[in-house]
Parts: sequence; C-alpha cells; structure tokens
Amino acid sequence: MTTKLTIALMGSALAMSVLATSASAQTELRMTWYNDGNEGEVMRGLLDGFEAAHPDITVTLDEVPYAAILEGLPVQLAAGHGPDLARVTDLGGLSEYYLDLTPYVSNPDYWEANFGPFLEWLRPTGNDSAISGFMTQLTVTGPYVNRTLFEQAGVDMPGEGATWSDWAAAVNEVAAALDIPIPMAWDRSGHRVAGPAISMGAQMFDADGNPALVDQGLMDMATMLYDWHQDGTMSPELWGSVSGSTYLGANEDFANAQVVMYMSGSWQIPQFAETIGDAFDWWAVPAPCGSAACTGMPGGAALVALSGTEHPEEVGILMEYLSSEAVLAEFYGQTLFIPGHIGLAAGGVEFATEDPRARHALETFAGAVPGISPTAFDLQGYPNNRVMFNALISRLGEAIVGELTLEQAFDRMTQDVEQQLAEQARDN
Amino acid sequence: MPEKNANTSLSDRLTAIAAIPVVLFFRLFEAPFRFVQKIGGLKAMPYIFLLPNLAFFGVFVVVPLFINFSFSFTGGTNIFLSERVYTGTEQYEFLFDCGNYLDPQSCREDRFWKAIFNTMTFVVLQVSSLVALSLVTALILNRKIRARGFFRAVFFFPVLLSPVVVALIWKWILLRDGILNAFLVSIGLERILFFISPEWAMFWAIFVSIWSQMGFYMLILLAGLQAIPPDLYEAAEMDGTSPERVFWRITLPLLWPNLLVVVVLALIKGVQVFDEVFVLTGGGPGTATQFIVQYIYTTGFASSVQNFGLASAASVVLGLVLFVLTLAQLAAVRRKNDV
Repeated sequence: MTTKLTIALMGSALAMSVLATSASAQTELRMTWYNDGNEGEVMRGLLDGFEAAHPDITVTLDEVPYAAILEGLPVQLAAGHGPDLARVTDLGGLSEYYLDLTPYVSNPDYWEANFGPFLEWLRPTGNDSAISGFMTQLTVTGPYVNRTLFEQAGVDMPGEGATWSDWAAAVNEVAAALDIPIPMAWDRSGHRVAGPAISMGAQMFDADGNPALVDQGLMDMATMLYDWHQDGTMSPELWGSVSGSTYLGANEDFANAQVVMYMSGSWQIPQFAETIGDAFDWWAVPAPCGSAACTGMPGGAALVALSGTEHPEEVGILMEYLSSEAVLAEFYGQTLFIPGHIGLAAGGVEFATEDPRARHALETFAGAVPGISPTAFDLQGYPNNRVMFNALISRLGEAIVGELTLEQAFDRMTQDVEQQLAEQARDN
Repeated sequence: MPEKNANTSLSDRLTAIAAIPVVLFFRLFEAPFRFVQKIGGLKAMPYIFLLPNLAFFGVFVVVPLFINFSFSFTGGTNIFLSERVYTGTEQYEFLFDCGNYLDPQSCREDRFWKAIFNTMTFVVLQVSSLVALSLVTALILNRKIRARGFFRAVFFFPVLLSPVVVALIWKWILLRDGILNAFLVSIGLERILFFISPEWAMFWAIFVSIWSQMGFYMLILLAGLQAIPPDLYEAAEMDGTSPERVFWRITLPLLWPNLLVVVVLALIKGVQVFDEVFVLTGGGPGTATQFIVQYIYTTGFASSVQNFGLASAASVVLGLVLFVLTLAQLAAVRRKNDV
C-alpha cells in the first residue's frame, strides 16, 4: 500500500512538473488593438489559425477604444510597460518605441517590396532601413454623399473636377429642399482638413523642409470652413461643441440621413455597409478640388512590433505570419480595407461584400491613391504631423465659436506648433 | 443555574482558546514596544502607532507630490525624471507670461488662463448655488413633512452614481435629439443646441454638478440641523419669535460649523472639477467649459507632445490654491472656536 502510494505521489509530481514546464514554455504575446468595424473579429480568427500552427505561442488581443491608442498607449510605452504589438495611427510619432524586425524576419526583401513606401512612415527621422510593421489598412480621406437625398431633391450631383464651393452650393440646395439639418459635416480632425488645404495650395513645409502650417492655402481652406459654420452649411455641433483637439465624427448623423455630405475617409466603408446597408445610397465621391489640386490625405493604421517586448523572436514569427500575402488578402477582404500591401493592391483583393455602394466606395478611394498630392504623402510621413493637425483643429475650433478671430487663430496655430516642437527638442 | 454556569464557562473557555493565536501574535510585539517606550517615553507611542499610516500616506501622497514638484522644473517628453532636462522655472515663466492677467489673449499660454477664469466662474456660481440649495433642501427635509424619508433618499441618490454615468445621462437628455429638446419641440418651441452656446454649456455644467452633489452636502447640513437642541426652538416659540428671526438667530449660528465644512468641501471639489464636465461638454464649446484640471490632463496626456513639465507646473499652482483654501478653512474654524 505504501509502495503504491509512493508511486502515485511520484507520478503526480512528475505530471505536475511536466505541466509546469510546458506552461513555462508557452509564450504569451499581447496585442493592443482598436476597431473601426469588424477587424478585431477578423484578426482574432487569423490569430486562432496562427496559434493552431504555433502551439507554443498564444496571442491575447486587447481591444481598446481608439482614444486609448491615442492617449494611453504613448504613456504606457514611455513608461516601458507597453504591449508586444499594437495597432497605431500616429505612425511616425511613436516610431521611437518600435522594434526593428529585420533580424527576426526571414525575408526582409519581401517587406521592402510590398510595404516599402509605408515602412518609411513608420521609421524615426534618420533611419532608412527599419522594418517595424505593416499597414492593416491604407486610408484615403474623402467625402461621402447621400445620393438618395440628391435624387429626392432633384439636384444634380457635381461631377468630376467640382470644387468645394460647387459641392457646398449643391448640398445647401438639397438640405433646403428636404429640410435636412446638416448640409455638410466634416470629422473634427486636422488630418481631414489637411487634404482640402493642400488642394487649396497649402505647402505644409517651408523650403528647408521644416513644418510651416500656416500659409495662404491653409488660410483659404480654414476661412472657407469658418464661413460654412457661419452661414449654416456646417453645424457647429461638431467643430464647436468640444475643446482642444478632441476628435468627433459625424458618421452617426450621416447614417441617420441628417447630413447630405460627410467628409471622412475610406475606413467608414465597412461601418456604413453594416449600419446603412441599402437604407439609402451612400456614395463615395472623388476629393473635391481647390485651386491647386484635388487631393485627399493618405493615412491608415499599422500593426507595429514594439521594442519593449521580451519575446522579439516570437513577435517576428507572428508578424511574418500576419504579413504574408494569403493572410493579408483574407484580412483586407473580410474587413473591406484598402490594402496596404503593394502586391495585393496591384493584383486586387476579393472583398467580402456584394453591396454595390461599398464596392463603389472601395473603387473610388483606391482609385484616388495615384492622384494624391506628394505634399500629402510628405505630411503623412512627417513624424510630428499630429502636432500640426492638433494645432490646426483646436485653434480653428476656437475661432468657429467666436473665442478667437481667424487672424488670432492663425497666429496661435503657429505658436502652438513652435512651442510643442521646442518642448520635444529638449529631449535631444 | 449550575447548567447555565457550566455553559458560560464552556463558552468562555472556547473564546479563550480561540484568542490564543491573537494573544500570541500581539505578545510578539510586546517586547519591541516596551523597548521603544523605554527609549522614547510614553509620549512617543502615539507617533509609533501612527507610523504605518504615515508611511502609507508618504509613499502614495507625499512622494508623488515631490515628484510632481520636481517635474515642474523639467522639460521634454521623457517620463522618467532621471531622463528629463532641468529647465529651472521656465515652465512657470511660460504659464505666467502675460501682458495683462485679466486678458487671457495677452498671455503666451492663453488656455491656462482661460481655464483659470472658467474655474473661478464655475466655483463662484456652483458653490454659492450648491450651498444655498443644499441648505434650503435640508431645512425642508428637517421638517415633519409627508414622505420625508423618501425625499431624503431621492435627493441623496445621485451621490451614489459615478460622475461619468451622471454626465452621460444628462448628455443624452441635452443633445439635439435628446429628451429635453423632444419636449421643447412637442410644446411648440424651437430646439436648443445647448452644447454650442458657451452660456448654456456653463449653465449645464454647473447644474449637473449641483444635481449630483447636493445630496451629500444636504446630508451634512441635515445632521447639523438635527443636532440643534429642540428646546431652543420651543423657548423661541414660547417667546413668540418670528420664524425668520429663529433662522437667523438660532439655526444659522448653530449650523455654522457644518455650513463651514460644506462651503470648504464644495470649494475644494469645485476647483478640482473635471470628470463630469469633461464627459458632458468635452470642455467646449471652444474652451468655454475647460477647467484647470482638464487643462492639466490635456497638456500632460492628451497632447501630441505630452508636456509633463508644464502640466506639473499647472498642477503645482492648483495645489497652492487648494492649500490656501484649506488654510482659510482652518483659520475660519479656529476663529469660530475662539469666539
């Protein structure tokens, strides 16, 4: 009896030690993620496939609100307590925290060939070789219109080459005819204003490549936005109702047919396909023109590896899997995101939708990419572009509600950018 | 009786047995405490007993306070103090660089001064209204009215809600398509966009904070009212004193200590206002309801360049204001006690 008991105890101890060993061999990676649509769900499915193929690695997907990516994640990273991977939109601004995956991926040339232009957005100033991640979506800013309202009002939609003024006149006509409360709405975001401002001739940088936010082009666009708030083309509920650089979108108002034209971007497609569906014809239109161009802003979100990780090799394995053509084709196809993979963009992705509005929107935004102004690409690649966007939006907002004159707002924008960059320069 | 004694004695014995580990545990400390008492004397013992709490307070309050103070003399975006650049008083100079302190537009950091003026406006209007309404409510609920307990619970209930929940509830009520606008439209009035008007936004910020806090202050005043000896009122009634005179001569003087506590607590909470208003108005329109704590939060955490030094300097200024308010409270209490 004693012998049996001893054997049983020894067996249990052995089993427990094996279990403990296997548990300690298990690597857990944490990925911080936000959602615009169904991409969290799609990513989870892909991660399940990865875990099945790599039983020694588990990936926890921490889904957080977008505000946590903008405000919480930078503090976490600065404190050295960040996740292993994160989905970010401040592509260059957080570049100091990215892990260079070059030693951990088997074929760096694949990354350069397929993500090359976007890898530059992720690199810190002065670095021209790091591979830190890939674009989970390439975005292009641009407007949507409620085509059904145009038809009901009997107003013709402005065509190719129409200016912002042409669109403003048309949407006001529609809103007046049908008693729609908001003729035009723009996301409260500096990124959204930048494309139209560049269309109006804004250069964003001086001859030496230093940021120069306020010039005639930007002033023209900002004045136009200001005037639209005064004459009722735009409702101050979005730009005037909050302070600072707080982001507000009009997606819900647009989905509820309260807005005739909505300036946002390609990332709204999956959401509109789901929330609006065929309730009305939501229609993406090419970026309206200014005096200098007809451009939107490129942008997007990237999945990046973070240098604070304790498991760089496992992160490399995961990134190699997720960035593979087959996996990304499935990801972009399921999420209705414009591919940030050059091979897939050239070959085409089979998008998982039969909705003609969604397909048209994807074609419109993807078709806009070749026409994007080089200035817009430069601005997107500038690591401190959020400093410029935030100065623009917060001061213009103060002017719209009457706290500042436009002239004061322009002066303050310049001061804000200078002061913030000077503060940042102290680190060097 | 003998049976009962036997039971008691068994119960005592069980209690004694159960107490053995406790007694042994405390015996462990007896020798060191005797030693400390021998060295420091009896007078040192209260401080010894306070030490664990003081250590806790020191680690979680005093040390961060000093770290924050140190941050205010540094610049850059690094989060660790050792990696930050010493800048002397530059952050304070930046905050206080003004052509005219009464005109925020003449200041380099105009938003800081706008936040200061907004906070002052909020504190003056909110605290005065809050104290007056709490007092009136407490006076009414101290009387023998029908369903008194129910009304006390109703007024206290919002205190139990999280500030974020309070703000979200009111936001849903006040939005363009909210309940209040639906009501206004239903009675033939125009819809009001409350959050694009600086005056309306400030009004609702004050109203909602009063709604959510009034029950707490009402309870303190109610306790004060109930502590006033009823025979004073009976004597006044027998003398035929008017109710107004009773209020000014009996109620208010005897309620004064509670009122003082309410005023000081409301003042401190008013200066620190953030969460409710941040969720309700986002600080807008423009900067109309951006208060000092939101300024600190935005500067330190929500800016593209997280300026911890400037945020720390602003929070030191806020800390000084709160310190002065606390001193004023202590002075007022001492003066009252002296009288």
